[in-house]
Amino acid sequence: MTLDELQIGQIASIVEVSGQDGIAIRLMEMGLTDGEEIQLIGFAPLGDPIEFLVRSYRLSLRKAEAKRVTVLAR
Amino acid sequence: MVEKVPSQHLARTVAVIGNPNTGKSTLFSALTGVHSRIGNYPGVTVEKKLGWFEFEGQSVRLVDLPGTYSLSPRSIDEMVSVDVLLGRQPDVGPIDAVVCITDASNLERNLYVVSQVLDLGLPTVLVLNMWDVAVDRGIQIDPVELARRLEIAVIPCEAHRRRQLDEVRRGIIQACQLPQRTPPDLFPQTFHEEARQLQTAFQQFGNQNLPIYLIERLLLDVGGQLETALTKPNPAELLTRLKAARERLATAGCRVPGIEAKLRYGWIKQLMQGVMTVPDKRPATVTDTLDRWLTHKFWGLLAFCLTMFLVFQSISTVAEPLMKFFEVGQKQVGGWVGSLLAPGPLRSLIVDGVIAGVGGILVFLPQICLLFLFIALLEDCGYMARAAFLMDKLMTKVGLSGKSFVPLMSSFACAIPGIMATRTIENRRDRMVTILIAPLMSCSARAPVYWLMVAAFFPTVSWAGGWVTLHAIMMFVMTFFGAVVAIPIAWLLKKTLFKSETPPFVMELPAYKWPSPGIVLHRVFDRASAFVLRAGTLILATSILIWSASYFPSDHRAEQQVLVQIQQAEDQFSSQLEQKSQLRSRRELLLEDQPVPVQSAAESSAPIEALAAQLAELDAQLAELDTQLQPLHELFETRNQISERLLADSYLGRFGKWIEPVVKPLGWDWRIGVGVLASFPAREVIVATLGTIYSLGGDVDENSQGLQSALKSATWPDGRPVYSIPVAMSIMVFFALCAQCASTLMVIRRETNHWGWALFTFVYMTLLAYIGAWIAFNATGWLMTFSGNS
Repeated sequence: MTLDELQIGQIASIVEVSGQDGIAIRLMEMGLTDGEEIQLIGFAPLGDPIEFLVRSYRLSLRKAEAKRVTVLAR
Repeated sequence: MVEKVPSQHLARTVAVIGNPNTGKSTLFSALTGVHSRIGNYPGVTVEKKLGWFEFEGQSVRLVDLPGTYSLSPRSIDEMVSVDVLLGRQPDVGPIDAVVCITDASNLERNLYVVSQVLDLGLPTVLVLNMWDVAVDRGIQIDPVELARRLEIAVIPCEAHRRRQLDEVRRGIIQACQLPQRTPPDLFPQTFHEEARQLQTAFQQFGNQNLPIYLIERLLLDVGGQLETALTKPNPAELLTRLKAARERLATAGCRVPGIEAKLRYGWIKQLMQGVMTVPDKRPATVTDTLDRWLTHKFWGLLAFCLTMFLVFQSISTVAEPLMKFFEVGQKQVGGWVGSLLAPGPLRSLIVDGVIAGVGGILVFLPQICLLFLFIALLEDCGYMARAAFLMDKLMTKVGLSGKSFVPLMSSFACAIPGIMATRTIENRRDRMVTILIAPLMSCSARAPVYWLMVAAFFPTVSWAGGWVTLHAIMMFVMTFFGAVVAIPIAWLLKKTLFKSETPPFVMELPAYKWPSPGIVLHRVFDRASAFVLRAGTLILATSILIWSASYFPSDHRAEQQVLVQIQQAEDQFSSQLEQKSQLRSRRELLLEDQPVPVQSAAESSAPIEALAAQLAELDAQLAELDTQLQPLHELFETRNQISERLLADSYLGRFGKWIEPVVKPLGWDWRIGVGVLASFPAREVIVATLGTIYSLGGDVDENSQGLQSALKSATWPDGRPVYSIPVAMSIMVFFALCAQCASTLMVIRRETNHWGWALFTFVYMTLLAYIGAWIAFNATGWLMTFSGNS
């Protein structure tokens, strides 16, 4: 499954970030590397973007970007 | 600010780098105090912040680099940091050491850019800022062991409380004496091999001096800025070789770009093993609780609307009286200076050119300062990122991101702070589009023009028992008109000049913190003084230019004679004039105290009658005074007629008549054309200029009954009235869309670091205004005949 499909509060571990473009590089630089734990904290009032907790900081991603991150739900 | 930063030969140069939200600016100002200077790097929009300090007899120049999560440059703006660190930025010079500032409570991700900096081999100091926050969260870090493992100085610090600053200063001084380090080697041998081969290839094409660090970055950054910047000698050949090298690396199990994050985060994990312990269960923080409400579906939006409302409400309650104060002050200073000088070109230049020009800038200072204050507060406490988070979805519809919302919103009060607030948008294209459409938001200087036109030409119709008036609807429509036009403009700019894939919205939501008063005030002062200095000079110049065009080449002797006569008459009638102003203010007081008439209550009629009697008495006295003052009134009348004629004969007036064919399609006569021309430095000038043109003297305002009726009675040579609803519409639309603000254009130049963009904004907005006004004139005219016929 991908990151945007998590439920609120659900924790998953990252499998991979797809693509080799600037967005993929950015996501990896921000600490979304394989094996790392990530939790979905909540959605913005209009449904997008989404707030996550990763490496003990809060990160906001749009659905389109979250879709590129394959995860394994716990 | 005032003191000169020591030259690079006298002092050591140290670069400061780190993630955003680590307190980097706080540390920079704490270290350098007032010894800082802000400028621009040539050709980019990055702010160049230099500062210096002296410690134990050594002086150090600090270069503050923009906050970044990574040193992989994706734009020419991001390239600046890499160039500075490599000593390739000529206006900075070679770097002696680097200070990496990190958030101790979020060390893992902060160390990513540190590991990239360490690869440079420069002497480095690692500052663990926000040490207290880390302690509060139960995070334990052993700085001594970390320093031993990294072989660099590691200094815990609390910059906002000004603790451990001397340790940081000492660490920097000591690092400057150290030789180059051998960087930790994270990458496999094949990677270095490929980098060396590429370096040889570059040498073949004449690029001899490329550091291996840049070649390695080029290999790693797929689609990055270096691919375009470095391969210039022979793009086709070099890019093919680059691609081949990356493919060879992929087959060797070292796939770029993924490999970099994997290796660096792996290295960080290993490094921190036994150095840092984090509690198993993350304690709930204040930020968690606050965010549950502030990003909530309902309460979050409510809190956001309330915040924005409060900002704008306080601007109108605090800034507007202050603005009035400046306006009155300007008139008084003008009057005072005028009384010292004899009537003549010099007095006119100083009063109507210089003082009016400077006043035009100062009048905006209160609201600009206040907006800067709010923006700085919101940024510093961490709410700005939440505002972007809440508004992102809405802004993506226009092709922008949530980060553009607050700058555009601020532009409704004034575009200047709005444009300066775009610094938080790190994507260059988004930032440029936001800057270019910000002047379309209806700023507070447009309101007087709308009000004058609406009050004079739209009938007083109301609906729903007086709650909804046509005037209010028109004001509302005009206020949001520019924003509506901005939507297709933003879309068009995104499709043409700033074509790119949608930038990612990967944004950290930093922990909330109390804003630090020092930083906030410093920022307000910096931006406000930059505005006054830079915009001031140009506004002054344009004001003087417009003044000369309206003053010369006519013969002003007759006017001067009348002015002398007026002064004499005023001295002669001074007691009557004083009496008149006293009576006027008493009359106003009476009217203010007047109770609201309640028809059913009989007992209230007695005070009303008494009041009416008092009023009648006052009016009679006023009328009596006016007959005594008749000679003075006649003089004023003559002066106004003369100044109207003088304006018509001036260069500006001649030019206005010459361009009449251009403005005629908009329904304007040459007077409106002249008014609009004179208001290009600052749009609110139009009201005063129209006052002069319709011989009311320059000191009228939008509520002036005289100006409204003068506009209504203005006619074309053949007797048709000039103004009508279509003409009023065309003027309002023109003002809504036109770039009539020299200060804004100056700020655009400053923020984009290029005159071209200021010129572009001017041209596109003026064209848009012309076309818009033409459409408004014709469409309203057509609508009115259509509804009249049916």
